[in-house]
Amino acid sequence: MTNVTAERQEKSAVETVSVWIDGQAYDVPKTMPHPVSGEQVGTTMIQACHMHGIDVPYYCYHPKLPVAGNCRMCLVEFGTPALGPDRQPLYNEDGSPQIRKSPRPVIACATPISPGMAIYTQTPEAKQMRESVLEFLLINHPLDCPICDQAGECKLQEYAVDYGKADSRFVEQKVHKPKQVDLGPRIMLDDERCILCSRCIRFTRDIAGDDALGFADRGSYSILTNYPGKPFDNNYTLNTADICPVGALTSKDFRFQMRVWFLKETKSVCTSCGTGCNIMIGSRNDRIYRYTPRENDAVNSCWMCDYGRLNYKWINREDRLREVQQRRDGAPAKTNWSVALKEVAERIESSPSGSIGVVASARLTNEELYLVRRLVQDKDAITDSVPRMGEADHLLVDADKNPNTNGAHATGIAAKKVGADIATIADRIRQGKIKTLLVFGEDVTKHGIEADLLKELDTLVVSDILPNATTERADYLLPGCAHAEKRGTFTNAKGRVQKFMKAIEGPGDARPEWEFLHELVQRKTHDGGSANLPALFNEMAEQVPAFHGLSWGELKDTGAQASL
Amino acid sequence: MDLVSTMVKISGVVGVLLLVVAYMVLAERRISAWAQDRMGPNRVGPWGLIQPIADGLKFLLKEDFTPNYVKQPFFWIAPAITIVPALMVFAVLPFGSFLGSQKMVIADLNIGVLYTFGIVSLGVYGIVLAGYAANSKYPFLGGIRSSAQIISYEIAMGMSVVPIFMLIGEPGLLKSLGGEGGAWAKFLAGTEGLNFSRVVAYQAESLFNWLIFKQPLAFLIFLVAAFAETNRLPFDLPEAETELVAGYHTEYSSMKFALFFLAEYANMIAASGLLVTLFLGGWSLPFLGLDDPATSVLGGVLHILIFMAKVFAVMFLFIWVRWTLPRFRYDQLMQLGWKRFVPLALANIVITAFVLWTVAGGQA
Amino acid sequence: MKVQRKTLSLAEKLYLPAIFKGLKITLRHMFKKKATMQYPEEHWVVPEGYRGAPYLVRDQHGRTKCVSCQLCEFVCPPKAIKITPPGPQVNPNVGNVEKEPKEFEIDMLRCIFCGYCQEVCPEEAIFLMQDYSLTGESRKEMVYDKEKLLALGGVHNDPIEKWKRKEMEAREQGVG
Repeated sequence: MTNVTAERQEKSAVETVSVWIDGQAYDVPKTMPHPVSGEQVGTTMIQACHMHGIDVPYYCYHPKLPVAGNCRMCLVEFGTPALGPDRQPLYNEDGSPQIRKSPRPVIACATPISPGMAIYTQTPEAKQMRESVLEFLLINHPLDCPICDQAGECKLQEYAVDYGKADSRFVEQKVHKPKQVDLGPRIMLDDERCILCSRCIRFTRDIAGDDALGFADRGSYSILTNYPGKPFDNNYTLNTADICPVGALTSKDFRFQMRVWFLKETKSVCTSCGTGCNIMIGSRNDRIYRYTPRENDAVNSCWMCDYGRLNYKWINREDRLREVQQRRDGAPAKTNWSVALKEVAERIESSPSGSIGVVASARLTNEELYLVRRLVQDKDAITDSVPRMGEADHLLVDADKNPNTNGAHATGIAAKKVGADIATIADRIRQGKIKTLLVFGEDVTKHGIEADLLKELDTLVVSDILPNATTERADYLLPGCAHAEKRGTFTNAKGRVQKFMKAIEGPGDARPEWEFLHELVQRKTHDGGSANLPALFNEMAEQVPAFHGLSWGELKDTGAQASL
Repeated sequence: MDLVSTMVKISGVVGVLLLVVAYMVLAERRISAWAQDRMGPNRVGPWGLIQPIADGLKFLLKEDFTPNYVKQPFFWIAPAITIVPALMVFAVLPFGSFLGSQKMVIADLNIGVLYTFGIVSLGVYGIVLAGYAANSKYPFLGGIRSSAQIISYEIAMGMSVVPIFMLIGEPGLLKSLGGEGGAWAKFLAGTEGLNFSRVVAYQAESLFNWLIFKQPLAFLIFLVAAFAETNRLPFDLPEAETELVAGYHTEYSSMKFALFFLAEYANMIAASGLLVTLFLGGWSLPFLGLDDPATSVLGGVLHILIFMAKVFAVMFLFIWVRWTLPRFRYDQLMQLGWKRFVPLALANIVITAFVLWTVAGGQA
Repeated sequence: MKVQRKTLSLAEKLYLPAIFKGLKITLRHMFKKKATMQYPEEHWVVPEGYRGAPYLVRDQHGRTKCVSCQLCEFVCPPKAIKITPPGPQVNPNVGNVEKEPKEFEIDMLRCIFCGYCQEVCPEEAIFLMQDYSLTGESRKEMVYDKEKLLALGGVHNDPIEKWKRKEMEAREQGVG
């Protein structure tokens, strides 16, 4: 179980009870928080089993959703301690408590545990029940795995391997239902594949708060549908494709793009807003095919918004900056990293104090912002980031659309309010005081420093990922990498430092910003500090007060809180 | 005049020899193919007859590669040293009787057989030098093996022919061949003891006089030793490809490799020529009047053809054996040479001497 | 361990009879019928079940049988197969099948003719056929694309017609 759950358990000091699972005694908390309301409710059998790594198959159960108990796949046998006439427990000769087995099975997902209860997950009867449930589920299933996007991560496939029969006993005609149903702008429904587990209905009603889906018709003809005239179009619809245990709900964006078994999964963080949802990047041959949310109870539980999930296509764009460029005779010309970095370092070093301005995006990582700060700290430079405010929603979306605003604060790039100093930089350029401007990942012409003003500068060094009006005017253009192409950390809106890993290679000559920033600092100060990212993070954690006490290794997959 | 005729003979012999060598390669490939139920090269020209020219062209056009760490002067000279002795053996072999007034032998040496063994011994220098100059372990091993093998078998080979010259050294050889003034007298004029012409003359008398029948043991030893001397299977240890890649010529390419290749076949032809001259009656056939030196041009040509036919037959045996027998182990090779053939050859000398002594009535 | 060796007779020790026997065998073979086939003039008759080049097939109604499930691409040991899936565009003409590959490439230089693709194919869409002599003048030419593979593969009669039957059933039930 996750840290947070453990913390919560500790706080409420929930008492533990002992249960027997497959003949072995385990301690489990008596109650656990309800996934939606957060109230303490009785721990269920399936929670007790999963807590201790004992597998109980299920379709409709989901740890983050209210229990429905309609798939029946998690049926188990159980028993309770036998009591004598004196209401005292009876014991076997070897001292173990006598168990009175219940004559009927129960669904593990909806049955709370009781002290001394015995759960049997592996009895022949339990297995036979699973086989029969699976056989029923497969009766009307179209078995079109070759054309189903879920193939490879389909629970029906997985349990068919464990509990399925090789041949079908079903000789009648299957019931046919609508296929290729357009449920909403991002979701496609195939009713034939649906096993009516109702996870999607519960998610969109209880988590997303948009009661848009429901079942219609009866018996074999039951289908999932949206309410007529109400398209399934909230900002969280694609989570239903994630939690759909079969291929009924599929993402239109990912539909027929790539089979999931080819995708390399890389742990990363979403950059679309300050929340920093944990994600898994699915990539193949240096192309990103999809983002999927990664569980982190401190940030995003198991979910992410549709906007963030689909906001990856710019990474594969054709017009990505690939060349290191240097302006010669008024026109940009191709050069290489060693020449460009040498000259940029010399220009910064030879600039008089106070003549440098820096605009570093809050989309850069903590390490990069820290290196930018080191690069200009002895030059009395004015540094700032660009603010990017929007609207928050009730679930995950943050109002701040920069993924690392807190990082910009912590490293000292941005003053108290992000963007407050941009006007000052513009003024000083106008006054001729600032002669060198370093821009990292922003188009400053849209944020207060007009294109004409850039002509006043002696040196304009720009690092970016995609071309824009500022990169066109750069004296030195340094192509950078998207977050999927490098390692690093972001500090999210709540001050949680989260790391992300490299999924794909950057295009052309593009290099991660921290790499060339490190080289610039090295050339300028002859003390570049750590040359690899984990060591760089640890160095930063020592130097930057907000990150004191953190280390790359201890960030683990889910991050750690910074002291802002 | 003498010089001119010798030059003509030399160019004739070398020309024919090189042509035969080229076609021996083709023969080897075709015969090996037949023995293995294959066709062999049959695409270049009718029945693949132009194949040797294509091969030669290929050798000429291939990159002549000299590895970086070889000992260059030796590396370059080794192929030449290998092929020259192979060609020189033919200087003393009578490959016919007369063509016109010319005796069909380039140098009518009275120490013919000694010359032959001397020259044959030189051949090994090329191989040893190649193995040494290549500065690489497999060629080195090949060179070492070759020298040891050739030295060992030269002894057996040399001793195996001693009884032959004991036989032909008998007085009165010319007398039994028609005496003074005959064709034989002209053929043997000025010859003595170790001259190959006398060996032919001795055998020409009758089929029974062929030394293969008079000295079968010597023939056997000589034949086997010839295989060893020419590095042919079952004694091709110097270039055993399963162990030594290609032995002493591993590092060679293009024309330099071709020279080794040609030398092997030239050596084979030389060994066959020796074998024919020593044991199979040379250019003579004991019937149809072909047993006497020719007096007409036609007869002279016929004798040359007979010689060539016999050589080809022996060459066929060489090839045939190669595609039949597996390679000997090195210790087996040495044992056979030193522990079997040397004593056998010695015994053969003693027995022959004893028999000759007895026939002569016990007089010295 | 001591191996018991056969005690050899004198003839065997001499080795000569064995040599003559061997010579006899090779000589006999020189006159036997040759096994070589004169290739460009004579052509080999490919036996049943021969694993030649893998090609795609259409069914008797001209439908590309491949549905782009990419199992062959996954199973291919030398990674000779590259499939480009169709993407999300819905093609109204494919009915129940929903998808077919946008592009399907087999690099015949990489292919090792193992037949795994044929074995794994759930749609019986790819078969190792009889072609064994594939030639081209460039590497690019040896990468066969979908059109070429389909043209070479021809028609494979499909007695089951799974997708068509599904569509018929659905229509009978008033769905679709």
